[in-house]
Amino acid sequence: MAFTIKVNGQTHSVDVDGDTPLLWVLRDVLGMTGTKFGCGMALCGACTVHVDGVATRSCITPIDGIGNSAITTIEAIGATGAGARIQKAWLDREVVQCGYCQSGQIMSASALLASNPHPTDADIDDAMSGNICRCGTYVRIREAIKQAAQSAGQGG
Amino acid sequence: MIRDHIASRRRNLDQSGFANGLSRRRLLQVGAAVGGGLMLSLSLPFPSHRAEAAVADEFAPNAFIRIGSDGRIILIMPYVEMGQGTYTSIPMLIAEELDVNLKQVQLEHAPPNEKLYANPLLGVQATGGSDALRGAWKPLREAGATARIMLVAAAAKRWDVDPKSCRAQDGEVAHVPTGRRLKYGELAAEAAKMPVPAGVTLKAPEDFKLIGTPAKRLDAPAKVNGTAVFGIDVHPPGVKVATLVQSPVFGGRVKNLDDTAAKAVKGVRQIVRLDDAISVVADHMGAAKKGLAALNIEWDDGPHAKLTTADVARELEQATLGSGAVAQNIGDADKALASVTTKIEAIYQAPFLAHATMEPMNCTVHFRKDACEIWIGSQAVARVQAMAAKAAGLPPEKVIVHNHLIGGGFGRRLEADGAVRAVEIAKHVDGPVKVVWTREEDIQHDMYRPYWFDRLSAGLDEQGRPVVWKNRFAGSSVIARWLPPGFKDGLDPDSTEGAIDLVYDLPNFRVEYVRLEPPGIPTAFWRSVGPSHNVFVTESFIDEMAAAAKQDAVAYRRALLDKSPRAKAVLDLAAEKAGWGQALPKGSGRGVSLQFVFGSYLAQVAEVEVSKEGTVRVRRVVCAVDCGTVVNPDTVQAQIQSGIIFGATAALYGEITLKNGRVEQTNFDTYQMLRMNQAPAIEVHIVKSAEPPGGLGESGTSAIVPAIANAIFAATGKRLRKMPVDASLLKQPV
Repeated sequence: MAFTIKVNGQTHSVDVDGDTPLLWVLRDVLGMTGTKFGCGMALCGACTVHVDGVATRSCITPIDGIGNSAITTIEAIGATGAGARIQKAWLDREVVQCGYCQSGQIMSASALLASNPHPTDADIDDAMSGNICRCGTYVRIREAIKQAAQSAGQGG
Repeated sequence: MIRDHIASRRRNLDQSGFANGLSRRRLLQVGAAVGGGLMLSLSLPFPSHRAEAAVADEFAPNAFIRIGSDGRIILIMPYVEMGQGTYTSIPMLIAEELDVNLKQVQLEHAPPNEKLYANPLLGVQATGGSDALRGAWKPLREAGATARIMLVAAAAKRWDVDPKSCRAQDGEVAHVPTGRRLKYGELAAEAAKMPVPAGVTLKAPEDFKLIGTPAKRLDAPAKVNGTAVFGIDVHPPGVKVATLVQSPVFGGRVKNLDDTAAKAVKGVRQIVRLDDAISVVADHMGAAKKGLAALNIEWDDGPHAKLTTADVARELEQATLGSGAVAQNIGDADKALASVTTKIEAIYQAPFLAHATMEPMNCTVHFRKDACEIWIGSQAVARVQAMAAKAAGLPPEKVIVHNHLIGGGFGRRLEADGAVRAVEIAKHVDGPVKVVWTREEDIQHDMYRPYWFDRLSAGLDEQGRPVVWKNRFAGSSVIARWLPPGFKDGLDPDSTEGAIDLVYDLPNFRVEYVRLEPPGIPTAFWRSVGPSHNVFVTESFIDEMAAAAKQDAVAYRRALLDKSPRAKAVLDLAAEKAGWGQALPKGSGRGVSLQFVFGSYLAQVAEVEVSKEGTVRVRRVVCAVDCGTVVNPDTVQAQIQSGIIFGATAALYGEITLKNGRVEQTNFDTYQMLRMNQAPAIEVHIVKSAEPPGGLGESGTSAIVPAIANAIFAATGKRLRKMPVDASLLKQPV
């Protein structure tokens, strides 16, 4: 059946089974490939998007459960204050390596920063431990989140 | 090491073309390759498209550089970007000698062409073995210098002045006395007509502007905004998405298939039945996965239906009781062993490991009767072309391969099995099909780091100093399959790296290798390859000797390093920065490791904390490295951080096991990865050096495993000789 979803402010109608995970609607139906597939079981966080601002694993989020919620993906996260700060910090700190998990990392980090402008190390652990990075960029992710938090404090 | 053992193959390469700039005839061939549409598009900051080569007004002095009359400077990357920073460090080499800045260049992946793009150290077009920078170090600087000389010559000719009075800088040639300037683009057409210089002089290190200075990664912006295109992201018009299930037992076949329910799933278009796999082709992956779950398959498990890991280990153990090919022999180990004061014997084992790249295996294929087009992220694009051509029943030149950014390689993407599988499926599909493996398929049908079994003995003299070391180990030879000429006289240079040529001064030393291929499980290169297990073994074993001699682990090693000053320097630096010798709380310990592999010296000190339950937490790792000349210091830091997390993951969790011929692990719940809350603090200290660059993409991985094992020994007194860490062995009695 057809579902209408709102992604990055745009409305899309898609004709798929109701149990189709949002991840595949984004990637294969809408062609928005910034959101990545990693595990299909919410174990790695590569597929993280925001649903009404909440970091959500799109690989286990069925399309029929989304309703009118606003979906934000990596393609548009730079338009939010927290997202822009996180992206800048990611570049300043040279976080990325292969880069495949980084969309998900940035989405988790942006959601953290939006809800908690000054996260502690423990807060960072809590928010980010669901996101696996096989290249091991964790040290820099932590530094970048702290930098982004600081830049928020300075009004940036 | 591969490079030494396949020197003959290397000599066969057309080095004149590779290293010294190409002849005009070859240039035209390059142009043809480009015009043939082999180039691929990357997302920004790379050029979005290149439909055809403007050969006429373009300057392409060799296979790595194209300067258009429109001013575009394009560097063609023979090595792939999989996170290790090649797409920044390799351009730095060319740009340094070409005298352009990194902001002025655009990058393209090289097409498959072993003649033009083989790594001179490997003899094949592949990115692996921590060889990219080492292979590129001289030829790509020469490529840049050749182009610069021709551009300067073109400018001098136009101005009718002595080339010596001209200087290249930031993409321009300037005539120093008059201040006249011409941009490279303006000189492109004329430079193409200049003679290729026979030899070039490279810059002295003190004149480097880029090399040695931290450079921003050129691939980073696209990777933080979702526009980077990995193999899995390609979307040719009309593409279908397929997933697959392969025989759960390696070597098994499909016996019966009921696909009625799968075909009824909305969006499922087609079921492809192969001998040993079934693929569901659909409009999107959601439907393909749903269809896959609805398949009813009966398998014929074949000859390995009962295979277990214990069977494999038993065979390897047996193999170490005989004799092996002698990898290194110094003095007379047997004679020396007979007269030592203290004798130490130990058996070490290292498990099968999966690569678990974050981007699951995938490959997109458009198969037509007379040609085949492939989109993939590969570490060995020429191998993909060759093997896909065979599977497609086409000559290689009819197989067009587009390479993409790689979402984790670690050796997995040196293999072309995924491309072959995708071609097999695509042959049954009308139009392009993207074959995406589920994570479960990716882990259960990986090609694995071999299981290793090592039998060692050593003898110490009255002072506790080692006077003899014997090591016989058994395991699969990946090289023997992947690059047969590299396997010679029973020896595999990859498998023995890190077990031989130790940094220590040992008067009697004998290492033997027994190649034994495990039944029913394929093996492959895995980040840090031979050293991934050898350094664990050798650096644990020398720690055992230090303990037996009741000496400090750093001091013990240091006393054996008089002939290896670079090793001594990194050991000293790591020990100092780590606060070696300072007290730690109960249940904590420090462990050290030292290695010379991939052309770089590395020492690590790991600090671990072992809980009463036996769980291990790695708190801090200090690494000192001498990797010769540093091209991009930030990449050195990043690669060591990366290697440490990768190796620590293996040490703490990594193990693939077989039961009834099936890989037991399926996803990240059963094949665990180190996560943010478990990641240690990491410090990297670089020793300044003017030596040629060493490899670094894998060094951090091999060094951390023994550092952790030795730290656990320091914390608990328990020596772990088998990886991964088994918490039950460390649990304190209640």
